[in-house]
Amino acid sequence: MESKKIKELKVSAIENGTVIDHIPSSAVFQVIRILKLEAFENMVLFATNLESKKYGKKGIVKVSNKFFKPEELNKISLVAPHASIIEIRDFQVQQKTIVETPDRIKGIVKCFNPNCITNIEHIPAIFAVVDKEDTRLKCHYCEKITTCETMEFR
Amino acid sequence: MKNKSLVSINDYSKEEQLHILDIAQEFEKNPVQTILQDHVIASLFFEPSTRTRLSFESAVNRLGGKVVGFSEASNTSVKKGESLRDTILTVANYSDLIVMRNPIDGSARFASEISPVPIINAGDGANQHPTQTLLDLYSIRKTQGTLDNLDVAMVGDLKYGRTIHSLVIALCNFNTTFHLVSPVELKLPSSVKMHIKERNLTYHQYTEMDEVLPKVDVLYMTRIQRERFSDPLEYERIKNVYNLHKGMIEDTKDNFRVLHPLPRVNEISVNVDQSPKAYYFEQALNGVFVRQALMTSILGIK
Ligand SMILES: [Zn+2]
Repeated sequence: MESKKIKELKVSAIENGTVIDHIPSSAVFQVIRILKLEAFENMVLFATNLESKKYGKKGIVKVSNKFFKPEELNKISLVAPHASIIEIRDFQVQQKTIVETPDRIKGIVKCFNPNCITNIEHIPAIFAVVDKEDTRLKCHYCEKITTCETMEFR
Repeated sequence: MKNKSLVSINDYSKEEQLHILDIAQEFEKNPVQTILQDHVIASLFFEPSTRTRLSFESAVNRLGGKVVGFSEASNTSVKKGESLRDTILTVANYSDLIVMRNPIDGSARFASEISPVPIINAGDGANQHPTQTLLDLYSIRKTQGTLDNLDVAMVGDLKYGRTIHSLVIALCNFNTTFHLVSPVELKLPSSVKMHIKERNLTYHQYTEMDEVLPKVDVLYMTRIQRERFSDPLEYERIKNVYNLHKGMIEDTKDNFRVLHPLPRVNEISVNVDQSPKAYYFEQALNGVFVRQALMTSILGIK
């Protein structure tokens, strides 16, 4: 009980909206970008480097008055494969789900290959996710593999 | 296969690939016809590749078709900054089929998705060159009588050679045993080996070719480029290790044949050319029949 209170002090509760928990600390800002929260008008709270029993350090993002479609949320699985999504209504947890890596990614990731048509003609890159554990994305156009290490977001 | 663009070798199933080879065999018997006389083929070479372009254009001309296009981008609207999308949409108005060579990886897939007429990829950067693969399959089948259960050695730059990558992937349909000979720094990438492993096929890796030659049916040689080496001395050493000369093919099987996508530099000595086991010049000629088969099949004529 005591520890729960302290946790809530660190990141305030929201009345209605979505909590994205268990984000690797290093990926919090990427999650904010992928979900386009920079331009969001309601309250957004976030924290990084929180203690986590499971992951060592974790990050969390809370978005007020916003409920995402699963396909929007699944995009963040590329940087936060174990993120959990909690929907809050009237301060109560309504639903808790885990993100799923989609089979196909369009538009959010840049192909790492500088000679790829997507980087030259400015068309959205499309990838088949060939490895969900290690995040390996095969470009639909140049057929090269973009990995965690070479991944950049548009 | 009517209207079906060919961008990557895997766009066509094994059966479709074999069908093209069968049609090519008919064209080999009768390469001069008039069946394309009502057709215009666009040949768009955004970078020069004389060999491939002449092969396509010869294939069209011998069937009575017309060719429009360009052989390099320097004098065209492309040079003035026109997007690939605009070039393709414009040229599609003037032609029934577009053959495209382009230095940008993935350009052919993109073109095939926006073009109202089918596209044949004649090489997109470092990515794919599927008509080369079809002519390699044709040459192997013709010299061996079959594509099944062969021992094939691939020698040279296995890391960057797109010809090798596509051929390995295509041969995975035919229960091939692969003998991969390359310098350590130019080994076949794991993304290509993955295809061999998925089919549970056997492959062996070597750094020298001598012990491989008596075991195999086909020797597929490729060029090793100087630019791949940071150390020029290392290049000089490797260049001599991967040189095939006449004495080396004496103890090979009777059905043994040497293939090479050409142009060669010094990886095959000129004294091999006289041997009946040298097949690389005929291999290049087969490209005309395979391209005739592919184009007529896509246009719905064959
Ligand atoms: Zn790409």
